[in-house]
Amino acid sequence: MNRLFALWGTTVGKKVAMAATGIILILFLVSHMISNVLIFRNPEHLDSYAAWLRSLGPALWIARGGLLAAVVVHVIAAYQLTLLARRARPVAYARHEYQVATYASRTMRWGGLLLLVFIIFHILHFTTGTFHPDFRPGEVGRNVVIGFQVTPVAVFYVVVMLFLGLHLSHGIWSAFQTFGLNHPSYNRSRRLLAWGLAILVAGGLATIPAAAILGYLK
Amino acid sequence: MMRLTLRVWRQPGPDARGEFRTYIANGVSEHMSFLEMLDVVNEDLLVRGDEPIAFDHDCREGICGSCALMINGLPHGPKRATTACQLHMRSFRDGDTITVEPWRARAFPVLRDLIVDRSAFDRIIASGGFVSAPTGSAQDANAILVSKDRSDLAMDAAACIGCGACVAACPNGSAILFTSAKVAHLGLLPQGQPERDRRVLGMVRQMDLEEFGGCTLFEECEAACPKEISVENIARMNRDVLRATLRDRGQVPVEVAGG
Ligand code: HEM
Ligand code: FES
Repeated sequence: MNRLFALWGTTVGKKVAMAATGIILILFLVSHMISNVLIFRNPEHLDSYAAWLRSLGPALWIARGGLLAAVVVHVIAAYQLTLLARRARPVAYARHEYQVATYASRTMRWGGLLLLVFIIFHILHFTTGTFHPDFRPGEVGRNVVIGFQVTPVAVFYVVVMLFLGLHLSHGIWSAFQTFGLNHPSYNRSRRLLAWGLAILVAGGLATIPAAAILGYLK
Repeated sequence: MMRLTLRVWRQPGPDARGEFRTYIANGVSEHMSFLEMLDVVNEDLLVRGDEPIAFDHDCREGICGSCALMINGLPHGPKRATTACQLHMRSFRDGDTITVEPWRARAFPVLRDLIVDRSAFDRIIASGGFVSAPTGSAQDANAILVSKDRSDLAMDAAACIGCGACVAACPNGSAILFTSAKVAHLGLLPQGQPERDRRVLGMVRQMDLEEFGGCTLFEECEAACPKEISVENIARMNRDVLRATLRDRGQVPVEVAGG
């Protein structure tokens, strides 16, 4: 345990924590995406999937606790590293040009903050129903269809998925580096995996609100 | 001959307030280096009884790493793999306005005008500690074999001149490229193995103590590096940190290391 805390005490270790929790969240997102697009077969499909999840009982709560812990660690590390970066350059340049930094890498912080706001909103929207116009517990498919009839909300979801895609495209690429994996022999595949997973997860999830906006989900 | 407008950061001392001042550089030859151009401007200032612009320089051949200048928002100016002293004025055009600033980092306080104190780098190196070496009669030259691949990688890392361009370019003000190059050039060689774990933990710890930022993998450091040090070294160092953390038996406090 001591050595884990010592690791966490370094900037390198905080990135290791971010990469590890990021991977946990990505695994969740992959399963979340696959189960959610089942709505296109028929909305009741989601109901039975949700019922199955709830039948798991304690296992579901352990999974939820794990995901919550992953988000909390990820956000704390993000916050601390952001403060450290700010602190490291107290006087800004009059002129500072980027040469190679990608848009995705430069939006990790604001994009991450957007994701945090989204995660909270999303739970209040579809899990507790607080922000839902007509929430019925257990009728998951119906709740999603009705929730997305509110166009501004559906647009918000699509925009957030765009930023999720950017976050993942750089995050996955960067997580390899954090774990010490950077070699010319596989860097092309590494780039492909980062973009492939990003597009698959974010694109897949975005199809649902996008379909609602276009009138295909009723 | 070119005529340039320079916006230069002037700051009389470490705690003094600084500001940009504008100077006109006349009769600049495209064959001059950037530092020679500043020399000409300074001669002019001296004649007029003004304080010359203070800037750091030593070798003027791209090997000492002293000439730390942020030129138009890029460390060492617009040319890749080139220090400011090796940058020729033909990289600019007649009539250009050029902004010249010191490196900006908490760990690199400005001493005067464009000169910053980079001794934080020296402390990072020192915190790597000693390398044990056999003494007594000299061993055979080829007693320790090193593969060509390894020695090339170690040489690439050892090309770091410690100029600080990586820190200057990094949006986080991170010194991780520098530190990783120093960790790699010994870590890749057999001679660097005995203290490898302790060295990487000590240097990373010092890097953080100096209040450099963390790495987001913008890769701006690699693009700015006059010696083209690769961010692969950062991955190598991250791997070393993980391995050292796993292998650590807590017997040798990191603080013991010190050169
Ligand atoms: C939706 C779930 C999320 C996933 C799957 C995810 C994934 C990742 C991954 C894999 C990384 C790369 C770590 C590395 O470079 O080693 C990362 C970095 C980052 N994440 Fe997330 N993240 C998520 C949510 C968030 C949230 C909610 C925030 C902030 C409030 C955030 C902020 C950041 C920041 C700032 C970085 C860059 C840190 C740095 O390199 O300085 N992320 N994320
Ligand atoms: S003066 Fe030595 S590297 Fe430029």
